[in-house]
Amino acid sequence: MSYAIEMRHIRKEFPGIVANDNITLQVEEGEIHALFGENGAGKSTLMNVLFGLYQPDQGEIYVHGKKAVINDPNEATRLGIGMVHQHFMLIDKFTVAENIILGREPRKHGILDLAKAVKLVKELSEKYGLDVDPNKKVEDITVGMQQRVEILKTLYRGSDIIIFDEPTAVLTPIEIQELIVIMKRLVKEGKSIILITHKLKEIFEACDRCTVIRRGRNIDTVAISETNPSDLASMMVGRKVNVQINDAPYEPKERILEIDHLNVLDSRKVNVIKDLNLTVHGGEILGIAGVDGNGQTELIEAIAGLRKVRDGSIKIGGRDVTNQKTRKIIEAGLGYIPEDRQKHGLVLDFSVGENMVLQTYYKKPYAQAGILKNKVITKKAKQLIEEFDVRTPNEKTLARSLSGGNQQKVIVAREVDRSPQLLIAAQPTRGLDIGAIEFIHGKLLEEKKKGKAVLLVSFELDEILHLSDRIAVIYEGHIIDIVNPKETDENELGLLMAGRRKGGA
Amino acid sequence: MKVNAFLKKINWMTLLIPVISVVLGLVCGAVIMFAIGYNPLLAYQSIIESIFLQPYYGGETIRAMIPLVLAGLAVAFAFRTGLFNIGVEGQLMVGWFASVACAIIFGHLPKFILLPMSVVAGGAAGALWGFIPGLLKARFKVHEVISTIMMNYIALYTTAYLIKNFLYTEGERTPTIPQAASLSSAFLANLTQGSRLHWGFVVAIIAVTAMWFMLWKTTKGYELRAVGFSPDASEYAGMNVGGNIILSLTISGIFAGLAGAMEGLGTYQYMTINSAFTGIGFNGIAVALLGLNTPVGVTLAGALFAGLQTGGMTMQSNAGVPVELIQIIIALIIFFVGSGYVIKWAADRLKRKGHKS
Ligand SMILES: Nc1ncnc2c1ncn2[C@@H]1O[C@H](COP(=O)(O)OP(=O)(O)OP(=O)(O)O)[C@@H](O)[C@H]1O
Ligand SMILES: [Mg+2]
Repeated sequence: MSYAIEMRHIRKEFPGIVANDNITLQVEEGEIHALFGENGAGKSTLMNVLFGLYQPDQGEIYVHGKKAVINDPNEATRLGIGMVHQHFMLIDKFTVAENIILGREPRKHGILDLAKAVKLVKELSEKYGLDVDPNKKVEDITVGMQQRVEILKTLYRGSDIIIFDEPTAVLTPIEIQELIVIMKRLVKEGKSIILITHKLKEIFEACDRCTVIRRGRNIDTVAISETNPSDLASMMVGRKVNVQINDAPYEPKERILEIDHLNVLDSRKVNVIKDLNLTVHGGEILGIAGVDGNGQTELIEAIAGLRKVRDGSIKIGGRDVTNQKTRKIIEAGLGYIPEDRQKHGLVLDFSVGENMVLQTYYKKPYAQAGILKNKVITKKAKQLIEEFDVRTPNEKTLARSLSGGNQQKVIVAREVDRSPQLLIAAQPTRGLDIGAIEFIHGKLLEEKKKGKAVLLVSFELDEILHLSDRIAVIYEGHIIDIVNPKETDENELGLLMAGRRKGGA
Repeated sequence: MKVNAFLKKINWMTLLIPVISVVLGLVCGAVIMFAIGYNPLLAYQSIIESIFLQPYYGGETIRAMIPLVLAGLAVAFAFRTGLFNIGVEGQLMVGWFASVACAIIFGHLPKFILLPMSVVAGGAAGALWGFIPGLLKARFKVHEVISTIMMNYIALYTTAYLIKNFLYTEGERTPTIPQAASLSSAFLANLTQGSRLHWGFVVAIIAVTAMWFMLWKTTKGYELRAVGFSPDASEYAGMNVGGNIILSLTISGIFAGLAGAMEGLGTYQYMTINSAFTGIGFNGIAVALLGLNTPVGVTLAGALFAGLQTGGMTMQSNAGVPVELIQIIIALIIFFVGSGYVIKWAADRLKRKGHKS
């Protein structure tokens, strides 16, 4: 029997790094095959090779048993390979249908036949149970739906092998469940799937087999039915992984963040934060749980001075920072790990070193009298790269060429190292491997032990439950309840997040 | 070792585009000359010989380089901070006018005050002409390409109006500036057998160094580059995005204004009523492009264009080739740089082929 995909002895080098070193990957027909490995292990690179975006330096690719040379994505498409990228590639101003047919438009008399396009998309979406509205503009639909559009795009092009590069990193738990159902249905229809994810839970729910790679090399390929999560995790990291738990005693100190009757408008001038009150103390981690779109983003942006406060006040360390300039607020003691790392957290075309001092470049010891002290900056960058295990050739490498997880580590290193009074961590471990998550959780707990205040926003209920001293549930722009993580569980949180108060209806 | 070799190869590739473009431009120019019956070798020989062996043309080349390099720096500086300054031409004109006007109005002052003051006046006028589009962009999101183009026309007609009404003299121009404001030098002229070479090259050298220093050694430069690459991330990091846009176009305008001042105080010693643009500002865009927006690259590209223009004048007498052909060659070089993307693509293709075989 031949494999749907067989990649043999693939090698791919980038300046200063071997991203893939003799990797072999065999995907059987009709299976969901997991690709599992640390940040920077070379997963995306391997998939980009398969999709024709990179040329391998060595190695061969076989598609359905036939040797293939994949020079570009068009060739990959012709061979029936489709890819849903880590960062979506859709045109915001186009409708769902237009995005899907782009490049292969149905025509009538040489003219674009939009009605037919809509019909085709509808048929496809019904066939595979991918619920989308073909006439909506991409900018108006949720991330989960955008992802379904990406999947439909590959199906429309007739792909029977679909690559998913970390599809679940940007999804909410419910959307993840939906995606797993979709993938299983696709496999039933005869497709083969390669799934990259850092979440063991998903691998064990969805996949048949799993290939583990570490630092560009093959470790093993195992059947999911014959392994267990902790074995797989240690196989990936190369050592035993300890789950970090919040075992430091909860001894709240002075109030660091005080939010009083806060009202904030969103970009459409709708009041998204309504009379919100919240206090975070030194020496505590306060987790914010909530369904995406209930005002989490706007709340954080208001604290950071990135969004106008209409009413109410925000104090950090006793200082009123309401509607202050962001720099003032940072100097008052704010650290911020933003949700969108590529857009807000990094200057992608700056080197790793330059990114390490993005808020402090003008201060001693990094500068004096307006002149940068590049030696000091380099030294700091080297220290942080070492301490936070950022996988990069050196500090001069552009942030853009780092793997997704390592980009995240750069941000976390920068923010935690400043040890701010108040650290806001929005999805701090999104896209990180298990080892890195463990490490970053450890760092957040250290901040707590140092007596700093940590405001943690995450869609991962596990993460919230593990780390928080108190959990504030946000619903439609205000804090509907504050619960003790030791006395609650995912079910209760789920209900609260849906707007149902304890005891009441 | 292997890694280093690879890194070198990458740098080399980026350098390759401008170099290949220049070579291709010259080759195509030669083909054209040949096709219409001239001897391209003779023509190129006369360019090279004149610039390198005849002091007059050597001096004139450096003279022509001064405003070109400054205009190139203006474009490159803005570009490095994510902005496209098409307004160098206008900023140059107001700089030219301001330096000349200052020199004439304050003509009674001693040289050590008047000369620096006139140079500064040129830079300041350019700065103002850059500041306005910067402000428009920062405040009202007016795209700088559109506003700087409009500022070019405002500069063209405003300077003409001001000269006509306030500083007019025979010959449709301003009076000649007093010696006390002049950059020209008998010493340099003698050295180069009577070329118009002037002390402005010192200003150009300072400007080249200043751009490098500002962008890569100062905190402001760090900020300007950050905002240029990613306004969003810069805002999140607490930088003032709008302020940096204004600052960037203002500094860019200073370079352009200085380019004008060099013409006003150095080359010509007056300003004529222009009915059309000088073209130096637009050439600055090409110089920046060819110089990969680096200070050193801009200097080299400026030297090339200046050399071609100056040496080109000797082609006519020595090889009978019309001077206009130089403009064609320059245009070809710009064309090839612009299509550098295509060249890179072709190079990649070739490399791939090499791999397979
Ligand atoms: N275009 C590139 N230029 C230079 N280096 C690159 C490039 N793309 C990837 N790399 C490097 O190759 C290595 C592998 O990166 P890759 O993106 O494949 O990792 P990954 O396994 O997908 O990690 P993650 O889980 O963090 O997304 C990393 O060290 C990265 O820095
Ligand atoms: Mg990846």
